[in-house]
Amino acid sequence: MPEPIRFHFDVDGENFTSAGEASVAVKKKLRQLGYSPDIIRKVSIAMYEGEINMVIHANGGKADVEVNDDEIVIILADTGPGIPNVELAMQEGYSTARDNIRALGFGAGMGLPNMKKYTDEMKIDTEVGVGTTITMKVYL
Amino acid sequence: MKIAKIQELLGADLLCGEEYLDHDVWAACCSDMMSDVLAFVKDQGVLLTGLLNSQVIRTANMMDMVCIVIVRNKVPTEEMVELAEEHGLVLMRSPLRAYEASGVLYAAGLGREVADA
Repeated sequence: MPEPIRFHFDVDGENFTSAGEASVAVKKKLRQLGYSPDIIRKVSIAMYEGEINMVIHANGGKADVEVNDDEIVIILADTGPGIPNVELAMQEGYSTARDNIRALGFGAGMGLPNMKKYTDEMKIDTEVGVGTTITMKVYL
Repeated sequence: MKIAKIQELLGADLLCGEEYLDHDVWAACCSDMMSDVLAFVKDQGVLLTGLLNSQVIRTANMMDMVCIVIVRNKVPTEEMVELAEEHGLVLMRSPLRAYEASGVLYAAGLGREVADA
């Protein structure tokens, strides 16, 4: 099996304006690698939602993307506050984002459900006070 | 509908993307909530919004949209215009309010062409 192609990004938590830059970069790379628009859209939307979440809730983090023969794996890791109730957080419309975030067009409580919707597998490892790691897979 | 037609119908000023004006689009969506655009939109080529920040451009890019209309004559930031140029998007601003702009485009057939076909 050939070596997977890997991308790594540090997501700046201080800067809402630059949030999403990693996802834009991944989208561009996948396009260059010749993947179908459908696959590219799934990966980039899921990653973009996750990136925005890291900036809104966790003061940034690290994003890693691994392109394998049969799947694309996206790993988003932060050392933020953690998610106290994952089941609740997965409900459409549930959000803990503050009003200033809503004024920026986010925090509708659609991020996590949307990430699940656009990917084939999603796993949330989270511990309150320690951080959250979300692993998503899109099958090729 | 050609993007040029959208510009004409909405009396909009073009801010960038002149080279894409003859592209066709089939549907549009209108929202200030980018979360909802990411969650509910499918194959709409045009985004009408009154929200002004760089995430508007990135959201449109993620959704493979081709045209963004800023309503209520709001003035997008320089960064938004630069990002739109970089992503090959048409960016325009219209004096119409979101409700009016949506109504004008809908009445002209945008978003109904596929359904009526």
